[in-house]
Amino acid sequence: MSRTIRVLIAKPGLDGHDRGAIVVAHALREAGMEVIYTGIRQTPEQIAHAAVQEDVRAVGLSCLSGAHAKLFPKVVALLREKGGDDILIFGGGIIPEEDIPALKKAGIAEIFGPGTRTSAIVEFIQKSVC
Amino acid sequence: MCEDTGGAKRQWRETALKRALEKLGDRSPAAATPSGIPVDFLYDPSDIEGLSYLEELGYPGDYPYTRGVQATMYRSKPWTMRQYAGFGTAEESNARYRYLLAQGQTGLSVAFDLPTQIGYDSDDPLAEGEVGRVGVAIDSIEDMELLFREIPLDRISTSMTINSTAAILIGMYLAVADGRGTGRKLLRGTIQNDILKEYIARGTYIFPPRPSMRIVTDIFSFCGREAPRWNTISVSGYHIREAGATAVQELAFTLADGIAYVEAAVAAGLDVDAFATRVSFFFNAHNALFEEVAKFRAARRMWARIMRERFRAKDPRSLALRFHAQTAGCALTAQQPDNNIVRVTIQALAAVLGGAQSIHTNSRDEALCLPTEESVRIALRTQQIIAEESGVADTADPAGGSYFLEHLTDRLERGAGDYLAKIDAMGGALKAIESGYLQREIHASAYAYQKSVESGGRVIVGLNRHRSDEGDRCPLLRVAPGTEAAQRERLAKLRARRDGRAAARTLAAVETAARGTENLMPPIMEAVKAYATVGEICGRLRAVFGEHRPVSTL
Repeated sequence: MSRTIRVLIAKPGLDGHDRGAIVVAHALREAGMEVIYTGIRQTPEQIAHAAVQEDVRAVGLSCLSGAHAKLFPKVVALLREKGGDDILIFGGGIIPEEDIPALKKAGIAEIFGPGTRTSAIVEFIQKSVC
Repeated sequence: MCEDTGGAKRQWRETALKRALEKLGDRSPAAATPSGIPVDFLYDPSDIEGLSYLEELGYPGDYPYTRGVQATMYRSKPWTMRQYAGFGTAEESNARYRYLLAQGQTGLSVAFDLPTQIGYDSDDPLAEGEVGRVGVAIDSIEDMELLFREIPLDRISTSMTINSTAAILIGMYLAVADGRGTGRKLLRGTIQNDILKEYIARGTYIFPPRPSMRIVTDIFSFCGREAPRWNTISVSGYHIREAGATAVQELAFTLADGIAYVEAAVAAGLDVDAFATRVSFFFNAHNALFEEVAKFRAARRMWARIMRERFRAKDPRSLALRFHAQTAGCALTAQQPDNNIVRVTIQALAAVLGGAQSIHTNSRDEALCLPTEESVRIALRTQQIIAEESGVADTADPAGGSYFLEHLTDRLERGAGDYLAKIDAMGGALKAIESGYLQREIHASAYAYQKSVESGGRVIVGLNRHRSDEGDRCPLLRVAPGTEAAQRERLAKLRARRDGRAAARTLAAVETAARGTENLMPPIMEAVKAYATVGEICGRLRAVFGEHRPVSTL
């Protein structure tokens, strides 16, 4: 039995570049997922709250401002606090390769950089939450 | 404009072309520009039938300015080479500016960090992680003084990408000039001050549209008087394009925004020729060379007609569309970043052939992080090579008269004209933003673009064709980890040192002005001179105006 996968796409921080987030949201929806988009300029608290409230199985974080190192782990920590430990968290944006190990260690399952095929993200979510 | 070729093209198509196609085939049977304009095998006089040279093209410096805004174009003075730069603290950014000027850059362009753009001080909890990241952190006039240390404000023109907090930052700039004894009338530069595209595409809005438009027109009115050589707005298509719009949409939505500003200023009681001479534009320079050149030319022709016919502007400077161009950030790839140097060259060439007044060339590493000094130097050299080696700057509008280019210029104009009619019918750009129409159009184009890349229909070298694992890495610039703490410390010291009562008094005056109808610029300038901070001034305005809540478009 498989229920529809619910995903939250979120923009933490002050960065307003949401082309990538919106394209990913469209692609996940086209792949049959239920997608909630937070809109831009969300605090980690707002994102964690929305994820728990909406009972999503995955959260996609997008940040192009360079604030990912601070903001992504904060979302993970808040989700754990709120009992969302089982939620899959992935990210994307302008993220230098050398930052990725620390993000993964902090609990971000995968980082998708510029040039990623949306199908790769779809497959990753389907594989990870089943 | 052209001789009648009497159906010769049809004949060629049915004979020589047909034979060649049978033998050699067609590698792109549905060839079209990225905006979806079909591209034929060849263009000849029949494709621009009915085009009147004098009415549609004319001469550079003359209405409708299709061929350029000055008679001599780059023969008298090349475009201003203006690299958008700023990161970390004011000292670090000042060092980068002086480096760029020493390398032959001819103007400055300030990138502010997001807290500065959205009106939060560096010690605000919402600024955490963002201080000095995408630009320089400016909290007070003290930072602004450091930012322009040893830079002659009367000789270098400065562009500032600042929108919802534009009144505060231009206030600081003017106050720095006042402090140095540099006359305001000598200052040249631009503030972006384009709030509408923030709602559409860029996201650094603060206040709802109506008070935002009041701030915009307050700036027009104040700077028109006080700093008459300053461009008080840069109506920006750049970010609309970056968000996914096509060239046609970029052109249409930018002009629609321009119309909305002119209407707002006229409604606020300003005479059109009193501010329209200082309206400037900012466009994206993307990969499709001819479509981009056509876009710039069509923009000039359309704006001249809009200003003359719709707004009855009389001053030629109100009719002539001057623009800055930046190469397309969204066209950069993280894969094989050195390839981006070549893309940027083509894009910058489009801007030059399109008659840009100033240009920023992106650096190869910007799909990965902020550019290193070496990457910025290559980007600047790219412009210098085009200006000084290629010969394209020796004559005005060198591509004008190309059958293909004139055909495309006309098609861009018609496509954008259709959108403008639709937006007019909705009640103008502001209404089209409030309903989410413009945003949805852009999102649909962005998704269609992504799908075409993933299907391979659109080729991106190094990404979906000609891939290799070599050459993917380059040295990256890192913002110093201590920047945020250092900036907070400087701010704490400033707050302790300044005359607290003067700051409080001037901030209260800002709030009173916001509640009334007087021009906001004078009280804001008093506040910045009393060392009130960006966050404090914005806080008072937030208290009066409230904050914008975007419409959901997904």
